[in-house]
Amino acid sequence: MTAAVQESQPSMELGRETLVELRGLRVAYGDVVAVDGVDLAIGAGEILGLAGESGCGKTTVANALMQILRPPAHVVDGAILFRGDDLTTKGLEELRRYRWRNVSMVFQSAMNALNPVMRVGDQFVDMMRAHERISKRAALDRAAELLDLVGIDRRRVRGYPHELSGGMRQRVIIAMALALQPELVIMDEPTTALDVVVQREILQQIRDLQSELGFAVLFITHDLSLLFEFAHRIAIMYAGELVEEAPAERLQHGARHPYTLGLISSFPSLTAPRERMTGIPGSPPDLAAPPAGCRFHPRCPHCSPADAPLYALQTSVRPVLRDVAPGHRVACHLVEQRG
Amino acid sequence: MTSSIVAPIEVRGLTKHFAAGTGVLRSRSRVHAVDDVTFALRPGTITALVGESGSGKSTVARLLARLYDPTAGTVLFEGTDVSRERRRSDVLRYRAQVQMIFQDPFGSLNPVKTIRHHLLRPLRIHKTVPSERIDARLRELLETVGLIPPDKYLEKYPHQLSGGQRQRVAIARALAAEPSVLVADEPTSMLDVSIRIGILNLMLELKERERLAFLYVTHDLASARYVADTVLVMYAGQIVEQGPAEAVLQDPLHPYTQLLLASVPDPAAGVRERIEVRKGLASAAVDPPEGCRFVGRCPLRIDVCSELTPELVAARPGHSARCHVTAPSPAIREDNHVESTHSAVPD
Repeated sequence: MTAAVQESQPSMELGRETLVELRGLRVAYGDVVAVDGVDLAIGAGEILGLAGESGCGKTTVANALMQILRPPAHVVDGAILFRGDDLTTKGLEELRRYRWRNVSMVFQSAMNALNPVMRVGDQFVDMMRAHERISKRAALDRAAELLDLVGIDRRRVRGYPHELSGGMRQRVIIAMALALQPELVIMDEPTTALDVVVQREILQQIRDLQSELGFAVLFITHDLSLLFEFAHRIAIMYAGELVEEAPAERLQHGARHPYTLGLISSFPSLTAPRERMTGIPGSPPDLAAPPAGCRFHPRCPHCSPADAPLYALQTSVRPVLRDVAPGHRVACHLVEQRG
Repeated sequence: MTSSIVAPIEVRGLTKHFAAGTGVLRSRSRVHAVDDVTFALRPGTITALVGESGSGKSTVARLLARLYDPTAGTVLFEGTDVSRERRRSDVLRYRAQVQMIFQDPFGSLNPVKTIRHHLLRPLRIHKTVPSERIDARLRELLETVGLIPPDKYLEKYPHQLSGGQRQRVAIARALAAEPSVLVADEPTSMLDVSIRIGILNLMLELKERERLAFLYVTHDLASARYVADTVLVMYAGQIVEQGPAEAVLQDPLHPYTQLLLASVPDPAAGVRERIEVRKGLASAAVDPPEGCRFVGRCPLRIDVCSELTPELVAARPGHSARCHVTAPSPAIREDNHVESTHSAVPD
């Protein structure tokens, strides 16, 4: 990346080498554009949190990155670079080798993705042998090691999924995602279906594994409060667009986009003084007919005809991401005007 | 609405056991889904019932709504036990007074009927207003839940509304029966984060304006703190702690409440220390043995914990817990004093 004063360059923590870069990614489901021009980079060994409400396009970004979009979903425009290699130009066989080996994914209710009539170990064997030449015995040994790694008794390789609790099954899936030592693990709401205590355990474990093994994580969730603790950097999506991106701590204490601020004030705190909160009025737009200009303007507390010039911008011109501080980008006319 | 002073709903020793397994696997073992639960709901207050999945909190809600019959215990409404009423008119009268709001605003509305239809039915069934007032009442109800102007919504179908709007319709429908108690079972968990607060704020408004008594069932401790006056914490079918919301959530007595609170990500608390978690489940136990149900995971446990089931003991005014260590009954406190002097003597 250049150090020039170039605006709207995907930012990253200093000193990290770029692993993945999305450039102007546009993904549509038929005519409906679900991801509309997203620029985003993930550094090697970085935990990037991607947050937003349902329908904002965060899962579509993940599926595009994993190259598992299924018709009618398709990449309309843009590039997905993995170590500089554009995945959108790859053939099926190349992609098959890329998945799981370079990038793996843990889905939202992945714990239900295990085959109920197959021993846990055999499911590891199947997956590993689909991707590399390895004997069954060696694959089973590796499966046992992986279970060890995620804190499950290695004897469970001989067990069946139904003998495991939801939290344990989710760990098995995480172990599988790590099996081929990928450089990036995409986690799409990996703990949403779990109770808080189990969620806590699993997050701690992912964090430990990540610092031990050094893979990067794209962590997708609607729960922003969880990312403040867990992610190095956080990106916020709204209605198919990236609206703000910053290091986690900066986003927590110095968010600028009105949507991010609204999202933060949608989570009551357990420790801060009890006060009335407002959330965000209205609801997310229909992506088949998104609002003109800034897509957040119909819900934005700072959008009013009283300030005519600003209002004209907000309702007709799409804001672009601009740097407000090192590594902190915001797409908002108001922020741009007031600095 | 003209609700005069309403007596609180009182639940005493409420217990629900289910047979473990079904069909040929049905055994004589019993799942203790709810064991000896006692609390009162007062007008103009919100009581949060918090717990993890399987802890029995939804079963309590269903027992209150009379969707199940209790195995033991009573539900007192205006002083009479309604838990075993069988006459249709009695059940109807009770159900009008105790309305439920469910988790899924998609599943709880009929997709082929208009909003008007959904609100009209309870008005007709419970005959709360004379027929010439019905139209005005429909509009009033929608305004009460913040769907303004009401005419914009009356003729719409559920699929034309957002999740938050649908949940508001479900609340308006519950209010149509002019209840004194609303039981809301995870009413926000299926909604988008930015609109959850709106529903919680609506609950706060209704409690103040209509003097409703709420039972708010949730797994979300922060939202419980946001709306509730009183918090009940359930673990494995029992209430393990209860008291004023701030006391329970800021200075908990029970080690399970402490574990729960330490597990929740909190934006204001920043990065927390790692917590050590002993594995275990909060769900209902099958034929639980005598003793504290949290004992296997408890960092504070002492010998008596696996021998004797702790009772809810008020360790502070209005704040009680089922814990031999942090809220010991007088007898236990004495015994342990004796015990600790014993163990100081080497044998």
